[in-house]
Amino acid sequence: MNPRPTDATERPVQKAASGGPPPLLPLPTSASTSTSAPRESAGRTRQVELRDLNAFYGSHHAVKDVNLSFAPRDVTAIIGPSGCGKSTMVRCINRMHEEIDGARAEGQVLVDGTDLYGAGVDVVAVRRAVGMVFQKPNPFPTMSIRDNVAAGLRFTGAPRGEIDERVIGALKGASLWDEVKDRLDQPGAGLSGGQQQRLCIARALAVEPEVLLMDEPCSALDPVATLKIEELIGELKERVTIVIVTHNMQQAARVADTTVFMLGGELVEVGATHKLFTTPEDERTEQYVTGKFG
Amino acid sequence: MEAATQPMSTGGRPQLGRSPASRLPDQILRLGLTAIAVAVLALLAYFFVKLAIESRLVFEEEGILGFVFANNWNVAASIYGALPLVVGTLITSALALLFGVPVAVAVAVFLTELCPKRVRGSLTIVVDLLAAVPSVVYGLWAFYFLIPKLKPVEQWFADTFHFLPFVAIDSVPGPNYFIAGLVLAIMLLPIVCAISREVLATVPADLKEASLGLGLTRWEMIRTSMLPYARRGIVGASMLGLGRAIGETIAVTIVIGDSPILGHSIFGQGYTLAAVIANEFNEAAANPLHKSALIAAGLVLFVLTLLVNSIARLAVMRSERQSGRPISAGGGV
Repeated sequence: MNPRPTDATERPVQKAASGGPPPLLPLPTSASTSTSAPRESAGRTRQVELRDLNAFYGSHHAVKDVNLSFAPRDVTAIIGPSGCGKSTMVRCINRMHEEIDGARAEGQVLVDGTDLYGAGVDVVAVRRAVGMVFQKPNPFPTMSIRDNVAAGLRFTGAPRGEIDERVIGALKGASLWDEVKDRLDQPGAGLSGGQQQRLCIARALAVEPEVLLMDEPCSALDPVATLKIEELIGELKERVTIVIVTHNMQQAARVADTTVFMLGGELVEVGATHKLFTTPEDERTEQYVTGKFG
Repeated sequence: MEAATQPMSTGGRPQLGRSPASRLPDQILRLGLTAIAVAVLALLAYFFVKLAIESRLVFEEEGILGFVFANNWNVAASIYGALPLVVGTLITSALALLFGVPVAVAVAVFLTELCPKRVRGSLTIVVDLLAAVPSVVYGLWAFYFLIPKLKPVEQWFADTFHFLPFVAIDSVPGPNYFIAGLVLAIMLLPIVCAISREVLATVPADLKEASLGLGLTRWEMIRTSMLPYARRGIVGASMLGLGRAIGETIAVTIVIGDSPILGHSIFGQGYTLAAVIANEFNEAAANPLHKSALIAAGLVLFVLTLLVNSIARLAVMRSERQSGRPISAGGGV
């Protein structure tokens, strides 16, 4: 409802580009550019903006008219009670939502001005640019640790010689390298839950996305593993724009710069995390963060 | 068990005990099911022993190895060498798997992953209906329709690729190994497809999302997430299909050519164990050695099926051990 005012002033480019044709830094929309573009943009984070986003499961209206923007080098947490549409909204950002039978989304998701739902945008390219980590660690069960991380690279046509190097880079990026460097050829499914989730983060990082979506990434993990992931998020935000869905308000408070509160598919309040948790503007937000419902 | 011996004496809590009468149905169920399971195994063992006893005559005559590995089956000369039959069975079954399994898995993938929801149900039923066609009908269709249509194609293939092993042949006969393999492929398609479909449907959504979320295309997702997960079940399905192919009798008898000497080309005429039994059981009644030879052929068929099945299972187990944790997708036969 109320995108943070700072965004408009900090990034006038976005405003200018908003109505017009796809601007200068489009997502890789064709196969030929998709292989090289993520490398060039390594380390560059992206501005993500949702405009009038609506999402449906059949006739169920799960996300209602959401307008929101995520700033680069920022971690944005989405909180709200179960079923409030937070996961659905995030899944719209890399167009995973439409994978579910009968699900559809309307509106715009702009990444540096390019509408991911626009004509000529390839969904595969979108997902390479906007990576995702899921609730339950889901490494490929038949693959070794190395192959898991390399899975995305192999298919994006990364040069053979570079793959090893980038696998190592991604594992280091996900703070997993020291734990697995001696057993890269062992199955990824043999790792602990927390390690598996970091393996999934490494797998997502390997294709060098510009935005990383995390859908309750710690909900299946113990506190120690959770802490490691949270530390990792702090490191990663220098490289990618991070959006994290969490049902854990303490987690949002620990990792996020900005927090978004959703309720019943609607966006209720957006604000700096500290402010949202201490002096929320909306009564419903206050009730939620003080544990009166949800 | 202790509760059964002193059911009512648990210190004022009689409701924790159970009268022997109320336990009876459970025991009957357990015993009954155990008995049925044992009966199945006993039946299998009985068949094996019975076949072995009845085929003793021919084994004494030819020797076990002589029977299995001699390349001539000549009833008139009382020569019983089953090699052409064994190899014929293996060739036709292998061809059937080669042609049938990829198509069946492709159809299964299409039905589970790509097919529009509206037509999925009806299409599934149509594929399943292939199994309802009697095998003799497949044989007839192949004999009167498939053979004349395919003969020029086979001849062209045999001439063009004559340098490949087991392809060259001067003149392609109508009925041959290839046609038999093709017919068997159609026949094993529905069962392999049905089981593969069930197994593919069990691939967890989060595993598919792992691929899609990584920016893999649908085909890459199928290759990376679905097929490896379903591999064990697909192999199981193929084994069931193979069982059908190895044992199939009538359709093969019609299109195999009944040549009792091993051919040197997949387009040559041949024979299979099942086909020889179907063709000759009638005339063998009066000839004890012939009868015993046919029963021995049945025994070899039996052992062959067990052997192929075990090898396939071993292969799956080994590949699973290499890839770490066993992929439990069910469907292992």
